[in-house]
Amino acid sequence: MATPQHPFDLYAIDSLFNDEQLAMRDAVRKFVDDRIKPHVGQWFEDGEFPARELAKEIGQMGMFGMHLEGYGCAGTDATSYGLACLELEAGDSGLRSFVSVQGSLAMFAIHKFGSEEQKQEWLPRMAAGEAIGCFGLTESDAGSNPSEMRTNAKRDGDDWILNGSKMWITNGNIADVAIVWAHTDNGIEGFVVPTNTPGFKANLVKHKMSLRASITSELVFDNVRLPASAVLPEVQTLRGPLSCLSEARFGILFGVVGAARDCLETAIDYQLNRNQFNRPLAAFQLSQQKIADMAIATGNGMLLAAHLGKQKDQHLLRPEQVSVGKKNNVRMALEVARESRSMLGGSGITLEYPIIRHMNNLESVYTYEGTNEIHTLVVGQALTGIAAYADYKA
Amino acid sequence: MKICVCVKQVPDSWAEKKLTAGDSTLDRAAADRVVNELDEYAVEEALRIVEAGEGEVTILSMGPDEAADSVRKAISMGAHAGIHISDPALHGSDALATSLVLAKALEGRGFDLIMFGSESTDARMSVVPAMVSARLGLPQMTFANKVEVSGSNLTIHRVTDYGYDEVQSSLPAVVSVVEKTNEPRYPSFKNIMAAKKAPMETLSLADIGLDAATVGLANAWSEVKDFAERPAKAKGTVITDEGNGAEKIEEFLVTQKFI
Ligand SMILES: Cc1cc2nc3c(=O)[nH]c(=O)nc-3n(C[C@H](O)[C@H](O)[C@H](O)COP(=O)(O)OP(=O)(O)OC[C@H]3O[C@@H](n4cnc5c(N)ncnc54)[C@H](O)[C@@H]3O)c2cc1C
Ligand SMILES: Cc1cc2nc3c(=O)[nH]c(=O)nc-3n(C[C@H](O)[C@H](O)[C@H](O)COP(=O)(O)OP(=O)(O)OC[C@H]3O[C@@H](n4cnc5c(N)ncnc54)[C@H](O)[C@@H]3O)c2cc1C
Repeated sequence: MATPQHPFDLYAIDSLFNDEQLAMRDAVRKFVDDRIKPHVGQWFEDGEFPARELAKEIGQMGMFGMHLEGYGCAGTDATSYGLACLELEAGDSGLRSFVSVQGSLAMFAIHKFGSEEQKQEWLPRMAAGEAIGCFGLTESDAGSNPSEMRTNAKRDGDDWILNGSKMWITNGNIADVAIVWAHTDNGIEGFVVPTNTPGFKANLVKHKMSLRASITSELVFDNVRLPASAVLPEVQTLRGPLSCLSEARFGILFGVVGAARDCLETAIDYQLNRNQFNRPLAAFQLSQQKIADMAIATGNGMLLAAHLGKQKDQHLLRPEQVSVGKKNNVRMALEVARESRSMLGGSGITLEYPIIRHMNNLESVYTYEGTNEIHTLVVGQALTGIAAYADYKA
Repeated sequence: MKICVCVKQVPDSWAEKKLTAGDSTLDRAAADRVVNELDEYAVEEALRIVEAGEGEVTILSMGPDEAADSVRKAISMGAHAGIHISDPALHGSDALATSLVLAKALEGRGFDLIMFGSESTDARMSVVPAMVSARLGLPQMTFANKVEVSGSNLTIHRVTDYGYDEVQSSLPAVVSVVEKTNEPRYPSFKNIMAAKKAPMETLSLADIGLDAATVGLANAWSEVKDFAERPAKAKGTVITDEGNGAEKIEEFLVTQKFI
């Protein structure tokens, strides 16, 4: 028997990246192998994970807001950020969500739309993992259509009074600061809300079957009084939160390739080592078809991610291209996870192996940051010129 | 404080190691190349010492062209500069030659501390640090699981079979560390990017003033005459317990001379 090739070697994937990008990828991979993979099954089972401790380590490596410039951020290129997300998500989508929300949603919002004072106050501590952020856009009655949000902020002298609630907010219960989007007289504005402000409350979402090694919360604002300096000065429309989401989705379209890779590696390894009918499971043609198809789907997803990474590094990446990547790669990863799961038979349903955890996690990833349907409609709009999800305007 | 850490590039310890048929040297192309794991502990210890006070850490490696990657990798943990000794004549050098080259490269550079891992994962001779200290005439502070610098004094805990010895010396000195000293850090992204710009000297034998006739395979003090592949793992014996399982196991242990 010849030595099996790694699915990524089939595509000579490493040749797509430069030495620096590979060095960063390897550093994250080692961190995930040492610090995440041995424990994450238990964290998933328990529905909790050591967020503060991990935040410090992740911060020391420079992963939070790594593709932002200045304020203690590492300032890497976008492709390196994508590769870091990929390795994190090979560990667990919850871990990648933790890093995405901190870096691409909360820090990015402050970095792009914040005042100098807000940047100085929050970004260095968030980059170091000493302060944790969350990002509140979705509400229970405003999901795919965030413009229907009810949360609002009204002037009271120089201050703002914030009322309303947010739903499904990652990191909500552990955050030191929340970026909250609300209706104001000026349009839709973002507020930097320290979570110890009176009137701010976070309630844990329980009974999740997905992203269990991640915190999901409801945020409630009951007459939260904020100073004038709390508002993000540089944006007054939905373009604000949507451009943050575009950043995070870029991380996702790389990240999920990591989850798929981990499922595929596990399935191949398992099928090479388990015998039935006097031969390894991997020796059956039906198995090899599954393995080949999954390796090709994962490899193609990786090529797409790398291509979009290059586009982003040249500042050419358009939102509908991000939708292509998010839609294609999340669906691909979910399909690979389901097929891999079956290839482990009974063992596939336990947390002994990572697959069913990835599979369940990917259900959240399929829904958040724009559902599969919404991204389909964005691509449809790009191809037809008609926005099927908005009020029809000829 | 000027510290130099000597790091060796070795084949990934998980990979199967192969010898080259022609000259019985290690086939370095057959496996991924990594920084010798114990040397990462030495780098970590050096960084902690300069971070607690002040100073710079330089990485030194002797090895083929690719060993430059390992120098960069070690620098990306937070070190400041690198020296890479590379010369075709070095191929097949033994521990005596390796220590000669390292000592020559270190001479006259004014390092206060020269640090090593205590053993490589490929050849595992565990002698290079001692040889370098002898060649340089510096205190040999080897097998340390604790290293403390105070002023121009050095104290280590040397691991022994029964516990540890506390050993003291003045600086400069040669130190080798065992894995219990610390937990090596992950390279940070900032340091990975900075490593690209860190000063790196690439030197040949002539640059360090050594003659090719003192190193390399032809001048090694011992020679590998022959080698054979490890035999394939034999299939284990399964003993089914039919009431006499214990006896069967005893019989097996006797045939294997375990009892
Ligand atoms: C684990 C988790 C973490 C999250 N973290 C955050 C966070 O940190 N911050 C945050 O703001 N939000 C977060 N979200 C919220 C997430 O972004 C929303 O759940 C998502 O946008 C979908 O909104 P919804 O749940 O209200 O579903 P709905 O919008 O009600 O959608 C239900 C279904 O209807 C479909 N649908 C809706 N509109 C259309 C249409 N026009 N055409 C066709 N189909 C349509 C959807 O695709 C979906 O299949 C998180 C969600 C989860 C599950
Ligand atoms: C098949 C085979 C046969 C060999 N035969 C002989 C032989 O016959 N006679 C003989 O003397 N040697 C022989 N060697 C040893 C070989 O040449 C050694 O690898 C080399 O000299 C370094 O010694 P080491 O790796 O054992 O170092 P160790 O003493 O185990 O290493 C300790 C520390 O020294 C440092 N160090 C070691 N090498 C370097 C380097 N190149 N650059 C920078 N720092 C370094 C590192 O900090 C390392 O952790 C053989 C090796 C092999 C694989």
